[in-house]
Amino acid sequence: MSQANKYYSGLAVLILSLLVLPFALSAAGTAWVRITNLAILFVFLSLGLNIVVGFAGLLDLGYVAFYAVGAYVYALLASPHFGLHLPFWMILPIGAGLAALFGVLLGTPTLKLRGDYLAIVTLGFGEIVRIFLNNLSQPINITNGPRGITLIDPVRLGSISFGRSDQFFGLVLSGPMKYYYLLLLLLSLVIVVNLRLQNSRIGRAWEAIREDEMAARAIGINTTRIKLLAFAMGASFGGVAGGMFSAIQGFISPESFVLTESVMILSMVVLGGMGNIWGVVAGAVLLSFVPEMLRYTVVPLQMTLFSRIVIEPEVIRLLLFGLALVLMMRFRPAGLWPLRARQREFHKQAAIK
Amino acid sequence: MDTFLQQIINGLTLGSLYAIVALGYTMVYGIIQLINFAHGEVVMFGAMITLSVISAAAGSGLPPAAMILMGVAVAIPACMALGYLLERAAYRPLRKAPRLAPLITAIGMSIVLQQIALMIWSRNILSFPQILPVTLYEVAGASVSSLQIIIIGLCLVMMTGLAWIVYGSRLGTAMRATAENPEIARLMGVDVDRVIAMTFIIGAGLAAVAGLMVGIYYGLAHYTMGATLGLKAFSAAVLGGIGNIPGAMVGGILLGLVEALGAGYIGELTDLCGYSTLNFLFQSRCADGGNLVLFGSNYQDVFAFVVLILVLVFRPSGLLGERVADRA
Amino acid sequence: MNPSCLLEAQAISKRFGGVRALHEVSLTIRQCEIYGLIGPNGAGKTTFFNVLTGLCTASSGNFNFAGAPLDISAPHLVAQAGIARTFQNIRLFANMTALENVMVGRHLRTHAGVIGAVLGCAATRAEENAIQQRAVELLHYVGIADRANHLARNLPYGDQRRLEIARALATDPKLLALDEPAAGMNATETAALRVLIEGLRNDGLTVMLIEHDVKLVMGLCDRVAVLDYGEKIAEDVPENVQRNSKVIEAYLGA
Repeated sequence: MSQANKYYSGLAVLILSLLVLPFALSAAGTAWVRITNLAILFVFLSLGLNIVVGFAGLLDLGYVAFYAVGAYVYALLASPHFGLHLPFWMILPIGAGLAALFGVLLGTPTLKLRGDYLAIVTLGFGEIVRIFLNNLSQPINITNGPRGITLIDPVRLGSISFGRSDQFFGLVLSGPMKYYYLLLLLLSLVIVVNLRLQNSRIGRAWEAIREDEMAARAIGINTTRIKLLAFAMGASFGGVAGGMFSAIQGFISPESFVLTESVMILSMVVLGGMGNIWGVVAGAVLLSFVPEMLRYTVVPLQMTLFSRIVIEPEVIRLLLFGLALVLMMRFRPAGLWPLRARQREFHKQAAIK
Repeated sequence: MDTFLQQIINGLTLGSLYAIVALGYTMVYGIIQLINFAHGEVVMFGAMITLSVISAAAGSGLPPAAMILMGVAVAIPACMALGYLLERAAYRPLRKAPRLAPLITAIGMSIVLQQIALMIWSRNILSFPQILPVTLYEVAGASVSSLQIIIIGLCLVMMTGLAWIVYGSRLGTAMRATAENPEIARLMGVDVDRVIAMTFIIGAGLAAVAGLMVGIYYGLAHYTMGATLGLKAFSAAVLGGIGNIPGAMVGGILLGLVEALGAGYIGELTDLCGYSTLNFLFQSRCADGGNLVLFGSNYQDVFAFVVLILVLVFRPSGLLGERVADRA
Repeated sequence: MNPSCLLEAQAISKRFGGVRALHEVSLTIRQCEIYGLIGPNGAGKTTFFNVLTGLCTASSGNFNFAGAPLDISAPHLVAQAGIARTFQNIRLFANMTALENVMVGRHLRTHAGVIGAVLGCAATRAEENAIQQRAVELLHYVGIADRANHLARNLPYGDQRRLEIARALATDPKLLALDEPAAGMNATETAALRVLIEGLRNDGLTVMLIEHDVKLVMGLCDRVAVLDYGEKIAEDVPENVQRNSKVIEAYLGA
């Protein structure tokens, strides 16, 4: 019983500190609230990709395509570009649905392929989507091409706009702070979905496919359908994240949806340990914040040492992602926190006997 | 001007470049079932290194051929070293790991190599010094440049050379034996590690020359140039049948032709005003020779991926059949 | 078709390129019998299993199962119809616990989807409990309930075989197809396996098994078919098969 008490009090402390975090951050500058928001978005994306890569073992290198679909759906339905201004709670499901549809369209013909071929096909798909985004300004201007879409509506809830500051009960909440709470809410949702699915009939089927596809088929799992389900679910989370990205940034262009973004999200999943939910969360947080911190330390450091910038922070960031993939595969393929298998072996011991 | 013939010539040039890069993918895949994702980056390093050498030598008054030879003389060993390093440091430790592990490593290496190139050569698009005088020849209404002839010729020479290595030399026999079954090859006295390393080295050597040719052909080099090129070349290898060396050559040239012809005709084919049955729909747009093009030649890069997806879905073993060791 | 007949194979052929792995193999398996499929190495036994369970497609021929044509176009359809199998080289989900391995086996006979799981509906939770309960029962049945929480890859060899049988049983099969269940077992383990298989039959299951251990087959099976070079050369009760001159020839290598 005390075990459970400890767990709940720990959870309470975590929630409380997450709730006050933006106030602490905004003391350090609104920029850090924005950075945190993007970090949460990446945690969200990583957990979406975790369903595909971690649970079902399907290496999807075109995940950013679904993110792009969600982002453009939001941008087109809530901006002056088409003169449409739908509310966000209507757009997010549309974006999620459309992204899932894209996932099914891509997955149906390709999920029978060997794992490495699937990886390349998804990568190619990501590139195709980006090329279309870049060129669908002709003959009818849908995406506005490389210039992207501007003046995207912020999220609005009734009279509250997430684009500006408001006062609630004497507390001033800036726009980014409001987004922070919204993102936190969405994040808890995706965490619950991940946790619930992991120990469900579907989650076990995914894991079985990952472990031994032939054996999974032999015991009656319709592997194509179950894989497709993972693919579509992952895609729909990508779509939701894309929508939020559009709303927060207010501007999107195909530049934001390049292959390196897919690789970035993959690095987060790999660093935390594919399939390990809390590991993935930690991996995504780490890989979101470390580059930002480096940005604030490496640049001044280089200025004092060499009085010029030798290595740009953006380069360091990408080097970090690349090295994370290489080194993790070499030294800790199960992730930085590979507690899952062993924990499970001891964890449920009591439940059965 | 004859568009068809012109696009065939362009396609052959492009296709022979793809073929040379595709060989690097297919040889490695044939032996260790790894998509060496970083191979495109080796091509990029080949282009960048020759560019640096040629730029450095540009003022020296040497004849262009000598400068290019100098560039190649530096780039080939450098890329070979890079190929060897990739195999030795990144892939070899993972040979017994689950199949996706080396692929993830390869993606990571590709990003790392791109960033290293960015640090060395900046993020700007670099222009290749135009040192070769280009002559244009008229052939049946289409024009062929001397550069295109050189590229196609050189690629043919390299393919022949590679075919000799693979089918005529002791090393080639060892390579084919390893591709067939590494365990048995090892028992037969083949130094499998060495053969795999040599495969990477030969592929990287070809990539270096390919990099030079791509650079000169387009007159440009950029640190990201390897990614798309690599993906297209891989598509070519799959089209021909992965692991199959003649397949990579055929696949490369076919893909080049598809791209060139596609880019040449897609605008015309998807011009809705070109279809008289649809005219009533778009009368205002189509009046006075106007057009309504759905997809223009800016979709050129899509063809390779569409070909890749179609081949994998309908004929995953490729046109000439795949040759891959069956590792349980 | 004889009412007591459970599985009927009609002229099953399978070619790999020029190699004739199976040639017009016909056989019938009756309800509640233990049916042995034996033959020298490479005779086509495992190929027959793979065709029957949809893991590879037959070149020609078809199956009737439980009074209806059997769709062998996909493995999950075969499992759905009520045929479960084990593999010659054990194929467990190595990084899942023994209990989870069996729980996955219930997939086919349960229905919870994503939405139920995410919302934690009462029906889903009830089903989840039922799955777990049934899995524990099956682990008890094969005698490895005390290892429920061990990862499959950490189980001793004999227990892995038992776990694979439990996982197959979780799909509620009418016919259990065992591919060399005694391979690599010592005499004690084999004896225990024999007890287990006989128990399965006594509980109403039909068992088909491929086995190299001739003593086990002859002692355990009600009827035996012999394959040689992809053709059925005998099908009879063990005593007669043992005396069959073709069979003796095939095994001694004429």
